[in-house]
Amino acid sequence: MARIDVKKTYKLYIGGAFPRSESGRTYLVNDAKGALMANASQASRKDARDAVVAARKAFGGWSGRTAYNRGQVVYRIAEVLEGRRDQFVAELRASEGVSASKANTAVDAAIDRLVWYAGWADKITQVVGTANPVAGPYFNISSPEPTGVVAVVAPRGPLLGLVSVVAPIITTGNTCVVIASEPHPLTAITLGEVMATSDLPGGVVNVLTGSAAEVAPWLASHMDVNGLDLTGVEDPALATSLEEAAADNLKRVRRAPLVEVDWLATPGTDRMTDWLETKTVWHPIGI
Amino acid sequence: MTTTSASTASAGVFDDITSSESSLRRFLHGLPGVDQVGAEARAASLGTRSIKTTAKAFAIDLAIRMVDLTTLEGQDTHGKVRALASKAMRPDPADPSCPAAAAVCVYPDMVATAKQTLGDSGVNVAAVATAFPSGRAALDIKLADTRDAVEAGADEIDMVIDRGAFLSGRYQQVYDEIVAVREACARPDGHSAHLKVIFETGELQTYDNVRRASWLAMMAGGHFIKTSTGKVQPAATLPVTMIMLEAVRDYREMTGQMIGVKPAGGIRTSKDAIKYLVMVNEVAGPDWLDPDWFRFGASTLLNDLLMQRTKMQTGRYSGPDYFTLD
Repeated sequence: MARIDVKKTYKLYIGGAFPRSESGRTYLVNDAKGALMANASQASRKDARDAVVAARKAFGGWSGRTAYNRGQVVYRIAEVLEGRRDQFVAELRASEGVSASKANTAVDAAIDRLVWYAGWADKITQVVGTANPVAGPYFNISSPEPTGVVAVVAPRGPLLGLVSVVAPIITTGNTCVVIASEPHPLTAITLGEVMATSDLPGGVVNVLTGSAAEVAPWLASHMDVNGLDLTGVEDPALATSLEEAAADNLKRVRRAPLVEVDWLATPGTDRMTDWLETKTVWHPIGI
Repeated sequence: MTTTSASTASAGVFDDITSSESSLRRFLHGLPGVDQVGAEARAASLGTRSIKTTAKAFAIDLAIRMVDLTTLEGQDTHGKVRALASKAMRPDPADPSCPAAAAVCVYPDMVATAKQTLGDSGVNVAAVATAFPSGRAALDIKLADTRDAVEAGADEIDMVIDRGAFLSGRYQQVYDEIVAVREACARPDGHSAHLKVIFETGELQTYDNVRRASWLAMMAGGHFIKTSTGKVQPAATLPVTMIMLEAVRDYREMTGQMIGVKPAGGIRTSKDAIKYLVMVNEVAGPDWLDPDWFRFGASTLLNDLLMQRTKMQTGRYSGPDYFTLD
């Protein structure tokens, strides 16, 4: 006898837990052929608010960890993701309608991307930090510090794109609230399940699914959000209004890309340095 | 404020009851028992009301006016008390339309400092006295503690009852202590500091005991009844506060005299505070929706109220970076 196919309801990922949307709303997610695949939670502004509270709460502990330890945790995410490879491949094939080899390539690249950033965790300070020569009896040292809570509108690439924007943010010690791609939210929540089981403290990554146009403005104007990554915003009018809203508390904004990003290419360090502040310390010599 | 003082009211109605240990016990144990499941269900159902837009704005402003901004730490300094007092007067310095808090609640030795900063701003100084928070000291020490605070200028005294005596059934002793402390609240000029009686409901074990303690304190002349010190968990809860609100409602029906209620400890969010206000309105009645008759003992609650207030005015979520830490 054939088993009954029960459609999964994907929840949000906030503060290390998987709650339904506070609004109680869900929306239907279709596969590439237009057939119903699953239900996903449709986040409201209050879910966004709760996610920011969770991210802020997690920030102190996460940014206070040693860079080496953060690298280990990001590496662990890659390991657990590897263990779930089959599920991701199946989800990618169903939701995007890509071939098995393409899906495999995307999952491989996502794992490699996490490993790549994990390696950067305890090296970025040496690259962008400096000991500055000054005209006085002082050691003058500049070191990068995480910006804080970063709100992210994730790009379409349901796994690789998402990993490529989130990994640099958390590797450098920030915490984030991610609005997953609206048509492809499932891999984002599955990635949340990966993060929940890989030593990443709850609240460091929070994933919301639903309409970016509805939720993003609340994050952009939120006074407790320090950075805004607009990589996944495709509507120029929305991008402009989000940038304007972000100006209220001088958030750092990474603008929407002008041309489509090739996620398979090796990234630069800019996604890390975008979310770093430079702290310069003057220390008297001889004391 | 009602003109009848508590002692005259109780003198009339409750003389028979309070005259002896056995009559007091007979009365307190004769109070109807609290249906625990029913009380918790009722309190939970009152917490589900949706308060939005103008009602929410009203509730937030009212809640700010009801806050007893509290600092009761061993590490309190004069500087911290001064900062807290300034905050009580102008909770949101960026917004002159923001109302002031009701009072600042401190230990007795900080009363003079708080009073000096607050001046005649209308914000009261409340002092915890009587060997707060345990209440484990001889009566004369408790009275001296109270007189000290009153002399230093405290407008309100928060006393703790002797829970040990209450739990072992020595109601007369608890009663006499409250009466004595109330007398110690008197000032030479004839005015008297308001007395709040703290039960520490987290230590009273049952809702029946909360109801008995409420009646005992009201009969003894407390102006306010207060749930907890904030030092014991659980502190204020909705069901406990509901039982106390029922007691003050019934007491007014019986004597015509109003008693205030103050939940303290564990109320941290605007949402919680609004649940309490809904309950005040539904259980005791709208007369209690006033800082003279209902207070919140809290410290972190005020910042959350201010953030919600800012959110309602500006339309964007605010963050803790924009309010003082305390």
